Amino acid sequence: MNSPEENFENNSISRLATKKQSLDDMYSVPANFLEIDVVNPQTKIIAGKKKYTDYEIRMKTNLPVFKIKESSVRRRYSDFEWLRNELERDSKIVVPPLPSKAWKRQLPFWSDDGLFDENFIEERRKGLEIFVNKIAGHPLAQNERCLHMFLQEPVIDRGYTPGKVRNA
Amino acid sequence: MNFLGFGQTADIDVVFADSENRKYADCRMDENGKKEKLLLYYDGETISGKVNVTLKKPGTKLEHQGIKIELIGQIELFYDRGNHHEFLTQLKELARHGDLIKNTSYPFEFPNVEKPYEVYTGSNVRLRYFLRVTIVRRISDIVREIDIAVHTLSSYPEMNSPIKMEVGIEDCLHIEFEYNKSKYHLKDVIVGKIYFLLVRIKIKHMEIAIIKRETTGAGSNVFTENETIAKYEIMDGAPVKGESIPIRVFLAGYDLTPTMRDINKKFSVRYFLNLVLMDTEDRRYFKQQEITLWRKSEKTRKSLSNSAIGGTASTQGSTNNLTQAQQNATMPTHLVQGASSIHTSSDIQGSHTSPASSSNVVSASAAVDHPNMGLFTEEDSPQHEAQSKTRSNPLAFDTDEDKTPSKEEDDAPLSASKEQPQQQKSIDESSSLFDEPSATITEQQQSQSNNTAISNNDGEIETSAATADREASTAKD
Repeated sequence: MNSPEENFENNSISRLATKKQSLDDMYSVPANFLEIDVVNPQTKIIAGKKKYTDYEIRMKTNLPVFKIKESSVRRRYSDFEWLRNELERDSKIVVPPLPSKAWKRQLPFWSDDGLFDENFIEERRKGLEIFVNKIAGHPLAQNERCLHMFLQEPVIDRGYTPGKVRNA
Repeated sequence: MNFLGFGQTADIDVVFADSENRKYADCRMDENGKKEKLLLYYDGETISGKVNVTLKKPGTKLEHQGIKIELIGQIELFYDRGNHHEFLTQLKELARHGDLIKNTSYPFEFPNVEKPYEVYTGSNVRLRYFLRVTIVRRISDIVREIDIAVHTLSSYPEMNSPIKMEVGIEDCLHIEFEYNKSKYHLKDVIVGKIYFLLVRIKIKHMEIAIIKRETTGAGSNVFTENETIAKYEIMDGAPVKGESIPIRVFLAGYDLTPTMRDINKKFSVRYFLNLVLMDTEDRRYFKQQEITLWRKSEKTRKSLSNSAIGGTASTQGSTNNLTQAQQNATMPTHLVQGASSIHTSSDIQGSHTSPASSSNVVSASAAVDHPNMGLFTEEDSPQHEAQSKTRSNPLAFDTDEDKTPSKEEDDAPLSASKEQPQQQKSIDESSSLFDEPSATITEQQQSQSNNTAISNNDGEIETSAATADREASTAKD
């Protein structure tokens, strides 16, 4: 009778031969680095028009599909809505939901600050962060031009031509 | 229909010949999975025994119009209840019409019965073999049905190439997976590995699942049911490029049947390995790959002592695919394209089913001649091969059987599948590597000779991407 060790070798339930990983691959920065934070909400007033709140979208990545590896732009809720609509129409993904539109808060007579209440803005900020992270990491959404414009262009050109970003 | 105890009635019992020496098989009896032990027979074996009729009221006679026994093999489709398709019926008359005045025993024999299919109870279909004894009477018959089990055995396949493939989503995830075989027996071990070539997504964990797919019906009435038999996490955490993850799945622990293809044109049972990767946003990336399962003959304790071969059958792996099966197994026709069943009744006499009695009943010389009765092993030493009397043709699991692609609508066919004769093409039951509607598919088949792998990669990425775009746009409509 063979020993268990011999059986293990003879009977070929031992592992298949594998390629050795290079030290470079082992220790270098992973190829999937992508961090997007939605931070720093600020409420602004456009001259003559109403107040609105916008958020800073800070992005750091090493994915080749994104041309700019570190970016910071400011976006407001309606920009997120625009992005969601573009992706729903053009991409094949099931687009996650945004935090709610909060129509009620636009009416007057709130005991707190309504649309500009700190807690509400914080809840919204969190929801927007979850939303943008879900999308940006999605392989089928990563090459949409609208997403790149949203994340990296200082201003969104709503008259842009929709399309895909090809990898360099 | 003997209300209130009027008239005579009887109990029917069947005693099988050599039941002490025969194995029992644990069989699923209904859809709920309740199991029962049934006497196990193989193709070509004789079913014989005695029918004991016991009168419930001693002293009173039982009038009847005849006593008969039938051996029936039938397929029942659950959506079509009441409609049983019998593929095997044999009848033996036990008694002509008359009166039974005392308990009587009737011997019966169904010699060398062909039992082409294995018993199977699934979600939508049931294949069973049973004996039905009927005492025919004017108003109501007395009937008793007794099920038996039938297993189909195969020998080590001549060709059993590994499954090796590179799959991925362009620029996001490229992996190469390998399973050591394409055909596994029910107590085998799946040994494989996953090698990461490109990881641009944030993987959380990876698991492998065994999926059973039961297809019933034909034509426009095809009904498919998938069942996950096992799920097994093989990696936790985020891999990077260059890492290899080993796979080792022991099949013996799971409730599996052999692969059944188009049984009597009524149903199929196929098995798939599903490799699933999950990312941090709970997106699933998966690749399904069909494997063929087959039933190996089991060594019994007595034949173990007879044979000179060490080791146990259950740990038989198989890297050496060239050893020829020695035993006279019937090769199930549905496992081999075009080949006819190879057995003769003389083969079956010395077959694997009576190994337990071999040392006692069979003469010493016979025991030497068939030392490996019931043994399917690759460790057959040359001397045993020389001694074996008849050798059936080694089982030729035709790789062509796997080449017929399934007709699934939105599978992107391998864009440049190179059909090399000795190579096994995978079946893309669901080759999408992405758990989203109309996911893109990119596959390059890794040739075993490997020389052209790299150049093919580059060439094929273009076409696959084009295919994916086209697939996606059509699917979106």
